[in-house]
Amino acid sequence: MSLLRLTDRGLYCEAGDFHVDAWAAVPRVVVTHAHGDHVAWGCGAYLTSSAGAAVLAARLPAGAAITPLAYGESVTMGSVRVSLHPAGHILGSAQVRLELHGEVWVVSGDYKTEPDPTCTPFEPVRCRTFITESTFGLPIYRWRPEHEVMADINRWWRNNAEAGRVSLLYGYALGKAQRLIAGLDPGIGPILTHGAVERMTGVYRSQGVPLPPTTYAGAGARRDTPRGAIVVAPPAADASPWSRRFGPSSNAFASGWMRVRGARRRRSLDRGFALSDHADWPGLLAAIEATGAESVWVTHGYTTVLTRWLSEHGLEARAVATRFEGEREDAADAADTAEAAAP
Amino acid sequence: MKAFARLYADLDETTATSEKVAALVRYFGDAPAADAAWAVHFLSGRRPKRLIRSGDLRAWATEAAAIPEWLFDESYHAVGDLAETIALLLPEPADPAGDSGPLRVWVEERLLRLRDLDPPAQRTALLAAWSELGGRERYVWNKLITGAFRVGASQRLVVRALAEVSGVPDEVIAHRLMGAWEPDADFFRRLVATDTEDADRSRPYPFALAYPLELEADALGPVEEWQAEWKWDGIRAQLVRRAGSVWLWSRGEDLLTGRFPEVELTGGVLPDGTVLDGELLPWLDGAPLPFAQLQRRIGRKTLSRKILAEVPVVLLAYDLLEDAGADVRGQPLVQRRARLEALVGALPGGAAIRMSPIVAALDWAALVDARQAARDQNAEGLMLKRRNSVYGVGRRRGDWWKWKVDPYSVDAVLIYAQLGSGRRAGLFTDYTFGIWDDGKLVPFAKAYSGLTDAEIAKVDAFVRQNTVERFGPVRVVKPELVFELAFEGIQRSSRHRSGIAVRFPRMARWRTDKRAADADSLDTVRALL
Ligand SMILES: [Zn+2]
Ligand SMILES: [Zn+2]
Repeated sequence: MSLLRLTDRGLYCEAGDFHVDAWAAVPRVVVTHAHGDHVAWGCGAYLTSSAGAAVLAARLPAGAAITPLAYGESVTMGSVRVSLHPAGHILGSAQVRLELHGEVWVVSGDYKTEPDPTCTPFEPVRCRTFITESTFGLPIYRWRPEHEVMADINRWWRNNAEAGRVSLLYGYALGKAQRLIAGLDPGIGPILTHGAVERMTGVYRSQGVPLPPTTYAGAGARRDTPRGAIVVAPPAADASPWSRRFGPSSNAFASGWMRVRGARRRRSLDRGFALSDHADWPGLLAAIEATGAESVWVTHGYTTVLTRWLSEHGLEARAVATRFEGEREDAADAADTAEAAAP
Repeated sequence: MKAFARLYADLDETTATSEKVAALVRYFGDAPAADAAWAVHFLSGRRPKRLIRSGDLRAWATEAAAIPEWLFDESYHAVGDLAETIALLLPEPADPAGDSGPLRVWVEERLLRLRDLDPPAQRTALLAAWSELGGRERYVWNKLITGAFRVGASQRLVVRALAEVSGVPDEVIAHRLMGAWEPDADFFRRLVATDTEDADRSRPYPFALAYPLELEADALGPVEEWQAEWKWDGIRAQLVRRAGSVWLWSRGEDLLTGRFPEVELTGGVLPDGTVLDGELLPWLDGAPLPFAQLQRRIGRKTLSRKILAEVPVVLLAYDLLEDAGADVRGQPLVQRRARLEALVGALPGGAAIRMSPIVAALDWAALVDARQAARDQNAEGLMLKRRNSVYGVGRRRGDWWKWKVDPYSVDAVLIYAQLGSGRRAGLFTDYTFGIWDDGKLVPFAKAYSGLTDAEIAKVDAFVRQNTVERFGPVRVVKPELVFELAFEGIQRSSRHRSGIAVRFPRMARWRTDKRAADADSLDTVRALL
């Protein structure tokens, strides 16, 4: 029995008459999290986690009909029981569990299995069919522990501060930026933010996520930024007039893609820190195994690789198209970036 | 090994010259002489030849990473670099923070010994090395064994750092680094020794290099202040005549001695204590032959009488660096040139060292014409040198310019694409272009360079969405995008399907205004021959 099928507007649950992470406006949608590639504007009704409702509201036009649902609680839509479970990706990110006559499916959305101080940790949910992301679905992607990467970032910041340079740290405005801010050592200097980052940071604070104090870096000319400051901004701000007004600076990008040297070099930034909000290869495999699923749909990334690996390990696996056409791995990241850069 | 890998990462992670020098100074300040010698060896671009067959390397790395072969290949495609792929795939060693031991030991006792081992012993040695080295060290180690070690610091920065550490002037360091040396502790001590009397008589001087001229020539000021020469398409070389011997050095600092016996023979007639800078060219009946003729000679180990007769080589001299045992690089060019003419003029007739002529001109317009006609001389354009300039070390802006002829250009259609490597890993950046022949597109040239990062991103997206067929790593794409290709030389070739080979093809422009049907045909290109 198939609880979900892929339509030209994304995954659709017929028995409950709703979409999950629709690609276009639909009457009813369940949203895993508020990143641009998982949210469509103009839907009639949105269901999302209580922890993520405020974040979603900040990314949708005013007046969108958002119904919050606490992690672990369930509602019935049509004949389907729907519940949301922490995905550990960003604040409020959820896996969607669907149950009909004892048949259980789970849509992971984006997830990571590592701990993150800014959101509820990933919880494996048993199911028969698991729809997993595969952004970093290659064994070259293995993350170092967050505290080690943050120590590197703080060391880089401190060196810059001592050399009289401003540190420009790029990360996606929603999720990554707040996780970075949470790990920065405010003893080194002031933490400034780009507008897009500051807005989402405010939403995080309003939801009770403890973050060190930040100051909006403003839009006007500001050559008098304290040299020891770090500025957290979305990657699209790199090399913009906005980023140049800070004077002598060193820039860095925090993203899982930075694990590979070619990707670091291509951005011609001073540093790349491999810190990701997606599961690495061991994380994907462990998460899939923990679901006990017999059947796995793979979307969003290295779908062919992960599908083949799972098939060779006895699972029934298939690749499912992603909202963004083609095979551009970082399309979703790019979409987040583009959205974050918009005023 | 740890300190060296740290240095590699520091150089790789910054684009700022001052920070690169600082990292080098930190390294050389601390490293034992024997390690430092090897570091200088690798940093100056000397690297061991590939020590292990890449098929073996892949197989053993796949085994150590405990993944199937196809997954190794997928990983390699995403990374674009074998050494890095392996470094990223292997499990971390039990104690990555531990001290792995000195660079010298790793190079002399482990790296270089790989060459003499049979494959099973190589495998054991490699698996052991991988299990001892942490991620960053493993990457550098892999780079060394694959013969692909390249570092983000120019020779000039290495020289600057060594000068800073030792207090010895830059020029002395640069001079000592030229030529042949063994990377051992003694060498490093000599390299940074404050006593600057160097024993090795064979050493050439660092070559002075020119920048491409990007502005209009008349912006250089009065034409009388400049000396124009042909820019030859040969091998840049220094002839060193000292202590009764002759050495020939190429710009890549390869000793060419033995390769051009006719030139060396003539060099032996020059007075002791003479160093010339010039260009080795195949030369017959008073005119240069195409570069391809010289390539016929370069490739050979032994030179037959036949090839020596068919492709005789001369050194076209254009500068004098040492005269009667004295370094004359600080004298003005006019003065050096006058002495050079006297020395070369005194050689017997038919000698294999000749003067590279001055291209005389009363105004810039005449030089513009001369440059346009450079191909008739088998030259690539003109060199412009300030008459009062000294012979500088490395590239110095302002005194020496190379002013090449505008390249040939052809509009061609993108037909195949392949993933790039290094900085361009994971992006489709290596392209094959076709031109029309009888209603079909025939492959004409490959080009990798010339596009901006933004353009590359667009072409990359196009390739992904318009792949018609795949042959291994090669994507056949819809023939839609037209590019203006620029190239230097053109000649017939039986090895190319189009029957034509071009030199230095690159993308001059993306012709978004043209459709595939507007691209050039083989007939138009043949007309350039
Ligand atoms: Zn996401
Ligand atoms: Zn996503």
